[in-house]
Amino acid sequence: MTERTAGETPGKTAGSTGTNRLQGRSELGVALFLGGLSAVVLIDAAHLHSELAQRGPVGPKTTPLLVGALLAVVAVLLAVDVVRGGRGSAETGEDIDLERPSDWPTVLLLAGSFLTNVALIERAGWPISGALMFWGSAFALGSRHLVRDPLLALALSLATFYAFDRGLGLGLPAGILEGILP
Amino acid sequence: MGALSDLLGGFTTALTPINLLYALIGVIVGTAVGVLPGIGPAMTVALLLPLTYGLDPTGAFIMFAGIYYGGMYGGSTTSILLNTPGESASVITAIEGNRMARSGRAAQALATAAIGSFVAGAIATALLALAAPKIVDVALSIGSQDHFAIIVLAFVATTTVLGASRIRGLASLGLGLTVGLVGIDHTTGEQRLTFGIPQLADGIDVVVVAVGLFAVGEALWVASHLRRSPLEMIPVGQPWMSREDWRRSVGPWLRGTALGFPFGAIPAGGAEIPTFLSYVTEKKLSRKPEEFGHGAIEGVAGPEAANNASAAGTLMPMLALGLPTTATAAVMLAAFQQYGIQPGPLLLKREPDLVWGLIASLFIGNALLLALNLPLAPAWAKLLRLPRPYLYAGILAFASLGAYSVNGSTIDLLILFALGCLGLMMRRYGLPMVPAIIGVILGPRADQELRRALQISDGDLSGLVNTPFSMTVYGLVLLLIIWPLLRRVLRPTGGSNESDP
Repeated sequence: MTERTAGETPGKTAGSTGTNRLQGRSELGVALFLGGLSAVVLIDAAHLHSELAQRGPVGPKTTPLLVGALLAVVAVLLAVDVVRGGRGSAETGEDIDLERPSDWPTVLLLAGSFLTNVALIERAGWPISGALMFWGSAFALGSRHLVRDPLLALALSLATFYAFDRGLGLGLPAGILEGILP
Repeated sequence: MGALSDLLGGFTTALTPINLLYALIGVIVGTAVGVLPGIGPAMTVALLLPLTYGLDPTGAFIMFAGIYYGGMYGGSTTSILLNTPGESASVITAIEGNRMARSGRAAQALATAAIGSFVAGAIATALLALAAPKIVDVALSIGSQDHFAIIVLAFVATTTVLGASRIRGLASLGLGLTVGLVGIDHTTGEQRLTFGIPQLADGIDVVVVAVGLFAVGEALWVASHLRRSPLEMIPVGQPWMSREDWRRSVGPWLRGTALGFPFGAIPAGGAEIPTFLSYVTEKKLSRKPEEFGHGAIEGVAGPEAANNASAAGTLMPMLALGLPTTATAAVMLAAFQQYGIQPGPLLLKREPDLVWGLIASLFIGNALLLALNLPLAPAWAKLLRLPRPYLYAGILAFASLGAYSVNGSTIDLLILFALGCLGLMMRRYGLPMVPAIIGVILGPRADQELRRALQISDGDLSGLVNTPFSMTVYGLVLLLIIWPLLRRVLRPTGGSNESDP
């Protein structure tokens, strides 16, 4: 039930060689992140001061202190493991090709499309912001149909708008199309 | 009084025309989305959550039962027709099933998976119906310290049993617990980790966490390593089995069910272990062990049944204790909470109609699935050809609209994005998802039970272990922790025959 058992599950072994090449010591960044998070949790816990409102001997501080301590311990253990040569095996999947190096431009374009929607959803409305996100994401992932992509994007955002807002009453913003869309 | 009459009552709830329609929609949409590559059952359930928002709780859960089984079955279709599994539980199905498909037996592989899922689902749901009331009786008689002990067991089990590395499992748990801390502390009204942002005071919605980690995280991760060459896909006709295939499948289905259900029902959940055990068992029992690895039908029938039985098994701690042990169960629990319903021992007493309706609709969903999937398999297979840019763009669109509609706030979209980035990091460095999501859901409950237990014992730490129940559970926890050491001692050679990759 440890490292060994999981490794012997057939099919998981294939990815491991590709993974090692993929990540050098960058995994130390994960340990650093955990350490930083631990500090945030512990500092936040230190600012809690409600012994007066507390019922029972254990207050709101206890759990954050435990979690912060857990994060700190794990950060150290992970750093030691990485320095000793341990590597987490990256997740595989149908559309994942671990032999390829990380493709950061695609990730950034995709993230940009997502954030475009966040910025515009309440100003321009979901039919427009959602369509822009879909088109942008499809473009980021390599789709280059200049007519089909935007039309599909608009069809999807309008269809979901009518189905979820008008149909199920989820309250998606119509934005500048308020009053124009039936 | 008996479970049987309660179950019959459940069927009268579930068998109204409108509820049947909800079940049918759930099965069809669940399978269609579950078939899509890159979408596992947990993500299927999380993404389709908004569909149920407009319904009353009973209708919503009936649709949910359909989505749940549909998503599970869709996932195994994908792993048989493409070689790479969408989730760890279908790794085994992917290996044998894909070999079968390559040797021209895709139709038989899909058939034995579909019928095996049905058999396992039916038996396991019946076991669930019989056992749930008994578990509830036990759960009602235990105290806060016992609940806390069970939650600790769930934490330890998900971090140590699943996944390749305990440290990374613990890291994932820590991240989940941290997210769970955010918000107003219910006992004192003190704000924890909210940084003065008013929208964080209510905590981070579990639906947002699930969609962020699974959907957005997956999309970003795929973007960083998108497979540019299309996967080879095996064409498929109508699923069918010969008499010989039936003869070889029945035993594995039943044994797979027997292995899957108990593993699902204990908090050490997950289907990885029972599917693997089932594979090994069938290989040992087979008269043609040489066929294994080249497409043996037993190697699909057994693990697939184990997978489905364990999925039904996970509903037992979920419904009876409010304790999710897999990511999918965690998302379902979040769905319950959306309706202001807290699964747990009291649920069966307070809302028996709802629980029995849900269990009955699991039977109905299971039957609908079999009736639909045998004829529709070729149509589902076409979904695998969906161009990947559209697939992941669509996932992001549904993730955004789902997260936005929880509270109608763009803050949730920003949190969704942050969690997506966290999900990307976790995937890249092999941090498992399940401990994180379990931490988010059970962290606040652990906090509550711990404080309640210590309040009763007046701060005395022995108040946490003063019942036979809690002592037994902590014994199990200890066993899980020292298990690797124990194995090394018992087998001084280091278990060489087993650990060869």
